[in-house]
Amino acid sequence: MADAAIIVEDAHKTYGEKKSRKGTGAEGGDGPTGVKKALDGLDLRVARGTVHGVLGPNGAGKTTLVRVLSTLLRPDSGRVEVAGYDVLSEARAVRFRIGLLGQHAALDEELGGRQNLEMFGCLHHLGARHARVRADELLERFDLVDTGRKPVRAYSGGMRRRLDLAASLVTAPEILFLDEPTTGLDPRGRAEVWTAVRSLVGGGTTVLLTTQYLEEADQLADRVSVVDQGRVIADGTPDSLKSRMGGDRIDVVLRDAGQLGAAVALLPFPEADVSVDVDRRLLSAPVTDRMTALSGVVRALGEGGIDAEDVALRRPTLDEVFLHLTGGGGGGGDGAGAGAGAGRRTNVKEAV
Amino acid sequence: MSVYALTDSWTMTRRELAHWARQPVQVVVSLVFPVMLLLMFGYLVGGGRAVEGDYVDYLVPGMLALTMAFGLEGTMLAVTQDLNKGVIDRFRSMPMADGAVLVGRSAADMLQSAIGLVVLIGVGLGLGWRPHAGPGQFLGAVGLLLLFRFAMLWVGIQLALVAGRPEMVQAVQILVWPVGFLSNALATPAAMPGWLGSVVQWNPMSQTATAVRELFGGPGGESGHVWAAVVWPLGLLVVFFPLAVRRFRGLGG
Repeated sequence: MADAAIIVEDAHKTYGEKKSRKGTGAEGGDGPTGVKKALDGLDLRVARGTVHGVLGPNGAGKTTLVRVLSTLLRPDSGRVEVAGYDVLSEARAVRFRIGLLGQHAALDEELGGRQNLEMFGCLHHLGARHARVRADELLERFDLVDTGRKPVRAYSGGMRRRLDLAASLVTAPEILFLDEPTTGLDPRGRAEVWTAVRSLVGGGTTVLLTTQYLEEADQLADRVSVVDQGRVIADGTPDSLKSRMGGDRIDVVLRDAGQLGAAVALLPFPEADVSVDVDRRLLSAPVTDRMTALSGVVRALGEGGIDAEDVALRRPTLDEVFLHLTGGGGGGGDGAGAGAGAGRRTNVKEAV
Repeated sequence: MSVYALTDSWTMTRRELAHWARQPVQVVVSLVFPVMLLLMFGYLVGGGRAVEGDYVDYLVPGMLALTMAFGLEGTMLAVTQDLNKGVIDRFRSMPMADGAVLVGRSAADMLQSAIGLVVLIGVGLGLGWRPHAGPGQFLGAVGLLLLFRFAMLWVGIQLALVAGRPEMVQAVQILVWPVGFLSNALATPAAMPGWLGSVVQWNPMSQTATAVRELFGGPGGESGHVWAAVVWPLGLLVVFFPLAVRRFRGLGG
């Protein structure tokens, strides 16, 4: 308990019950059709000094969770504590200890980068001089020194994201919330954000980050909670989750769809494990040892005289993870059930 | 805490002033617009209006009051735009004083209105308007105008917080014209049909305009309206100030 930076117990949040407020991504307009359960009994516990990934598809409740944790949104019920303070009754104490990088830039678009950082420094009560010094440091660190007086609205996406991240670090917060920090960034921008996050954790900051990318959670997070329809459907270390998700897969694309049947028989896997997508001339199967599987497949295809266009090893996609975690079976890969929705409610939460 | 309320409000006021420095054209337009109205009504539309004495003496105080009333839409637009920007999320996730965003807004708007009054009074003097008032009465009139503007400011903030959408701002921007003209700012109620005249008399803006005319010592001034020009805005403030502050605090409820 003492070492938990974030505690969420049985949190509920429903949008659109009586007032329809904007800015939360919960569309639907007025009327009863707009009612949406964004958090539906969500539980979460994040240890101090760790990176916790919250993984889920669009609409799973990730952004709502971050907004509740950062005191922007009031939960309907449940216990939510950040840095040991209740988000409802001690919101101010929470705000002193958090930094927020939302999905959309939380910057004054009319002002320049330095003006933004100095303003946020002043609002964090650093004092004018200290705020100026801090702004300089952050501009330097995020490679924004030469932006001059240019208003933020003229920034590129990557620059804006870096400034936004800098703004959330004005006070070196105890706990940092990152809501899909790399969505829409190019690989370079993504790498920059990852590096920044790693260096922060080295300094003792607790990070909660939401993402749609398995790879990102894998790269950064000590633990991962998989969220769907407002609740956690699985959590654990990335490794433990991956092993339960069926691990890596191998994809084989043939030149001739007519040879799919023959190929299934030849491949060194039980036939039941191999899924076939005729339209894409694709065979897919789970593998345990990557190298053995790869050489086995190449040899089998060569010996059988089957012409392959592509053979690739890959991690399971988020769709496959979800199908797996929600009881859709390990067969995944046929992509048919990508958004297969209502009714999947199996809670396979791992015993820690 | 209370010190931070001041420094945070000052920081937010500086933010608005920084916006001015970035958008000087917008500021100039907002100052020129009432001047344009004054010239239009003084020379193009006006003339006579069944006013005893010089119409300019009647019109200028009315335009001052009308400009204060129109400030409502500017405030509403600015608050609406702010609420729909991402930066408001950062403000709300920071340990800043609760009302600082709104106080910053009102400080900047009041400053702009004060400058607007100076410009408009200057132009009025150029057109031949001559207040017959001592310094005390003159300042009293300016004070009443700013008090009225302050009340309109918080009405505007509350409207923005409740409606909160650019389409609603447009509706208010249109509605503010008939409501503003449904007063004695430009024409004397004596020249209107009886029932309309009484409606116009009751418009809070008419109270301010009449009181200001009285203090400036021009036509259309009637004694006994100063108290109404104090009470009306205060009444509006008593209602709208707490509503707006509570509404802002409860964002995200």
